[in-house]
Amino acid sequence: MNISPDRARSLRRAAVSLIAAAVLYQVVAWSGYFPAVLFPGIPVIARTLWRMSVNGTMLLHAAFTLYRVLVGFVMAVLLGLPLGTLMARFQPVERFFMPLVSALMPIPSFSLVPLFMLWFGIGNLTTILIVFYAATFPILFNTWSGVRAVNPLWLRAAGVMGANERALFWKVIIPGASPLIITGLRQAFLRSWIAVIGAEMLAASQWGLGWVIFDAEQFLQTNIMMASIVMIGVIGFLFERLVFGSIEHATVVRWGMVRQARQ
Amino acid sequence: MTEASVALGTMRSAERGGWPRLAAAGRTMFPFAVVGGIWEATAHAGVFPGKLFPPLETIAATFVRLTLSGILPHHAIATLLRLAAGFAIAAILGVGIGLAMGRSRRVEDYLLPLISILAPIPGLAYTPLFLLWFGPGNPTAVLLVGFVSSFAVIYNTWTGVKAVKEIWLRSAQAMGASDMHVFRHVILPGALPYILTGLRLGLAQAWRILVAVEMLASVPWGLGWMIFGAQQFLATDVMLAGVFVIAVIGLALEKLVFKRLEDFTVVRWGMMAR
Repeated sequence: MNISPDRARSLRRAAVSLIAAAVLYQVVAWSGYFPAVLFPGIPVIARTLWRMSVNGTMLLHAAFTLYRVLVGFVMAVLLGLPLGTLMARFQPVERFFMPLVSALMPIPSFSLVPLFMLWFGIGNLTTILIVFYAATFPILFNTWSGVRAVNPLWLRAAGVMGANERALFWKVIIPGASPLIITGLRQAFLRSWIAVIGAEMLAASQWGLGWVIFDAEQFLQTNIMMASIVMIGVIGFLFERLVFGSIEHATVVRWGMVRQARQ
Repeated sequence: MTEASVALGTMRSAERGGWPRLAAAGRTMFPFAVVGGIWEATAHAGVFPGKLFPPLETIAATFVRLTLSGILPHHAIATLLRLAAGFAIAAILGVGIGLAMGRSRRVEDYLLPLISILAPIPGLAYTPLFLLWFGPGNPTAVLLVGFVSSFAVIYNTWTGVKAVKEIWLRSAQAMGASDMHVFRHVILPGALPYILTGLRLGLAQAWRILVAVEMLASVPWGLGWMIFGAQQFLATDVMLAGVFVIAVIGLALEKLVFKRLEDFTVVRWGMMAR
């Protein structure tokens, strides 16, 4: 309890800095130094966000983006988790896939967007595949290192206590590898969230948060751009905190594998 | 005879030394050969139009042609210069802000909320905004890359400074080190593994984002722009040659630049095992 005044001061300062930033922004917007079209004030942005949420367009954009992210992400999980586990458990699999993975990993997913557009056309398929590409490697790589990092002593102890292969896998290896696997899922989601916005800017039509930003630019609708950026930030933040935070709580924190993170 | 046996001996040992290496190289090449074979078979089977799915020899020929004519190197150098400029901004800003936040409670309190709001927004989302504000071309690309990649540097530097053990600081002070001295000889080396991790993450992020920014910001030269331009002409071979160069540069940045830097600093100081 003795940190309480300290914490209060931190919060006060946080509030001061956020308000100062908002006021600064608003003053620049009012000053007319930039044309109002290019630099809309905060009320304008808020009103746009409200209007687009109420009439449903913003929600539909968000729904399309989420759909693409989730499908691509689930595909990446379905490939990355088993393959990563197999690579860590069986050397021939590792020997075959590791060189390929290390060669493909440094290719930014965006560099494939134009190619995928030619191959798969404009729309959902291209964006989903880009997300899939972006998300697969963090999952694969972290699963691989997680399973490899399982303490061999645990395996032997479980073996001695008579665990069969199946029990060993589900009760020892998977929980043991889960902190790194969850880190991988988290990284993969962050990357796919970035990837989907980029892919939508280049290769989506009509719907999607990335597409609407890019489309609004053509018409100098900076307020719509700002509103969608806010939306993108909020959804990304919610996923990171709520979804992955609670997954972490339900698994590794509860099992005592990692200590609870600050904040 | 002795000479012969010596020669035989060296040959044997050379063989013995050479075999595992050769086998390892073979094992590494094997998957590529398989994937390359599948690619070739698909390309020649004519399932897809040849224009959209060129065989490897076409891609290689394009790569050689573009390299010899100097077009590909020009694009690559433009991209690398942009990367260097953007990353320099991120490194200077990021390490500066991170150190300040780690050292001063006040700076931390004021800046952390702003950073935690801005950081989770994918950098690409800002691209159209930057395009409107700064116009298409280099300034937008460099500023955006710098802005986006600075967050990883800030976070890691900040964490690194906070992770420096209190007892190191106190013992240095007890031994009469000045503030400047403590900073240069205790805090900076202590935080360096984190700072390097941050720079590494920042560079990787800068690299990923730069390719996309080049596609969107219509810069005059650059690998991203080349790929995007080639798409208009259905020049799939040019696009794939571009992707290949991007992969090679990405791998080289990771393996050569940062491995070296790490070996030279934190590994040498014994702060991190190889």
